[in-house]
Amino acid sequence: MTTTASSAPAEQYDYEIIKKFTIMAIVWAVVGMFVGVYIAAELAWPWLNFDSPYFSFGRFRPVHTSAVIFGFGGSALFATSYYVVQRTCQTRLWGGGLIPFTFWGWQVVIVLAALSYVAGYSQGREYAEMEWPIDILIELVWVAYLAIYIGTLMKRKQSHIYVANWFYISFILATALLHTFNNLAVPVGLFTLKSYSLFSGPMDAMTQWWYGHNAVGFFLTAAFLGMMYYFVPKHAGRPVYSYRLSIVHFWALSFMYMWVGTHHLHWTALPDWASTLGAAFSIMLLLPSWGGMINGIMTLSGAWDKLRTDPIMRFMIVALSFYGMSTFEGPLMSLKDVNALSHYTDWTVGHVHSGALGWVAMISFGSIYHMLPRLWNTQMYSVKLINIHFWLATVGVLLYIVAMWISGIMQGLMWRAFDDFGNLQYSFVESVAAMHPFYVMRAIGGLFFLTGMCVMAYNCYKTIRQGQAEASNAAVVAQAA
Amino acid sequence: MFKKFTHEKIETNAGWLIVLTMLAISVGGLVEIAPLFLLDDTIEKVDGVRPYSPLEQRGRDIYIREGCYTCHSQMIRPFRDEQLRYGHYSLAAESKYDHPFQWGSKRTGPDLARVGGKYSNEWHTQHLMQPKSVVPESVMPNYPWLMTPLDASDVADRMRALRTTGVPYSLTQAEFDKNVQQFGEEHARMFHIPNAQINLVSQAQAGNYDGDNSSVSEMDALVAYLQVLGTMVDFSKIKPEDLVKFR
Repeated sequence: MTTTASSAPAEQYDYEIIKKFTIMAIVWAVVGMFVGVYIAAELAWPWLNFDSPYFSFGRFRPVHTSAVIFGFGGSALFATSYYVVQRTCQTRLWGGGLIPFTFWGWQVVIVLAALSYVAGYSQGREYAEMEWPIDILIELVWVAYLAIYIGTLMKRKQSHIYVANWFYISFILATALLHTFNNLAVPVGLFTLKSYSLFSGPMDAMTQWWYGHNAVGFFLTAAFLGMMYYFVPKHAGRPVYSYRLSIVHFWALSFMYMWVGTHHLHWTALPDWASTLGAAFSIMLLLPSWGGMINGIMTLSGAWDKLRTDPIMRFMIVALSFYGMSTFEGPLMSLKDVNALSHYTDWTVGHVHSGALGWVAMISFGSIYHMLPRLWNTQMYSVKLINIHFWLATVGVLLYIVAMWISGIMQGLMWRAFDDFGNLQYSFVESVAAMHPFYVMRAIGGLFFLTGMCVMAYNCYKTIRQGQAEASNAAVVAQAA
Repeated sequence: MFKKFTHEKIETNAGWLIVLTMLAISVGGLVEIAPLFLLDDTIEKVDGVRPYSPLEQRGRDIYIREGCYTCHSQMIRPFRDEQLRYGHYSLAAESKYDHPFQWGSKRTGPDLARVGGKYSNEWHTQHLMQPKSVVPESVMPNYPWLMTPLDASDVADRMRALRTTGVPYSLTQAEFDKNVQQFGEEHARMFHIPNAQINLVSQAQAGNYDGDNSSVSEMDALVAYLQVLGTMVDFSKIKPEDLVKFR
């Protein structure tokens, strides 16, 4: 290729939209994690519910999940995917007015979702609590997103579509499919948010967990692998360890993830064949997952010293380690015998957070720290603060998941314990009381993670300010000259 | 032709990439979801399961509004400890009129699939007002706002929407007669949409769930719903071996 980029990247690529999404990713991370710490504290100290419908755990919990998954995770994905697709295709985004529509539409979705939950509107489906008008808006934003992505790929100046884009495409297509079928519902009226799901009982459960687990599989995994496949090699200054492995990784992951949702329904009224099938695929999924993890970590070979000096690299590699850990834990928990113990307990919550905090959030932090100075054409304000953030986040995740392992396994064991006479040894509420210290520990772990996030927000704010000051100085100098 | 089809073809052609990815992600859902609608033994054929009365359905709406599913499951698994603690394992048939299902995924509090009839109405009301007053170790929030009047104005619209999803609420005489045959006359009257509001008020008055008969409160509706959970099927009339093939 003989592309001579004479213009600065800021003119060569559309950075405005990426800047907006990056800032909102940080904002939603702070908001969503704050709500997370708050509801964790409610479980430890229930008076925090304040007898108010708006702060009660049941209504507040979807505010947390939506703000972190769709607000933080979604905005980070929009930002990085727009960055990656432009850089790897060496072209500006296609789409004109559709581009800002994806930004404003998505932000409106998050705000409306949060307001509607506290006001008492919910579909009662985990991670898909948004009622039908919000679902329609999501659908529109998503179609625009798909169009922009494909349009940009079509006008690429490189012959090959880089591997990160495969994962982003897979995520966009799968999310469209899942969102559409899981939200089929009949509204009560045109002027009310309330609706009833089209399916019921086992069919509804099957559809919901097909969606629910693939929200994890595609929204929170495939897409973040796209992030990983661009930012890890870029930041390490090394090529991807094995191109062949990334091909196998991609197709196996895309194909297999869609089967595994039924492991959320072991021992339920869903027919056995369906949940057994889900468990079998969950175990097989370990292979592509670890293939991807190894591919990411080994990309660093020859540059291992960066782990000592570069906290951004550390974020990325620790993220991959947590990815490996939780994709091992997941298949384990999908075994029926393990699931009999772990299901309905805090172990599941701990597992989700080792993936969400350890993998998703950390790889996003690494990617944003890499991207931010390039977007504003400056250096990170403080490397020391990145380092502090790294340790706060790592200690926070560890406290969180250790607390949930202990409380989850303890719950499971207490519920099934029998005394010498064959009676249940514990009443349910005894298990609730036994959870208290671990709920406190979990809230503290969350607080660590949130504090780290606030440090990041401050560091990013100062960096952006610094970039803006440098830009206006440069403009003044240019004018004077 | 196939000899020449290498992975490079996919990497250099956005169309191929999209079509093949779409294919890869479609299979799993198709194989697992579609058969549930086609196979006969997804849902057991048992007597007693019926749609919710208007008051119970409004109670269910409140259950969903408050996000009760974030801490309570409604799905008892076939284990000895769960049998002792909660009762017979849940059947698919028992949630066949549940739009959406509320099986849940977490037990911060106990399973509620068979909570109906286990506690008195007074207990439920006091517990929802202030859980710690009856269960000192509880971490459940207080729900004092449930004592406000229930908005029953759109209950017929809600039943109409549920009818569209397949719940056999009746609009015509023919549908009503069919319900009489299937569920008995007393229940069939409850499922008749034109009388929804009258039925709702009369059940609340007769049940007096919240101990205050001056008006119909949200508490009335929620307690009516909780009291019917898991009570529809009479397990003394079912042979366990009849259920086995559905698992």
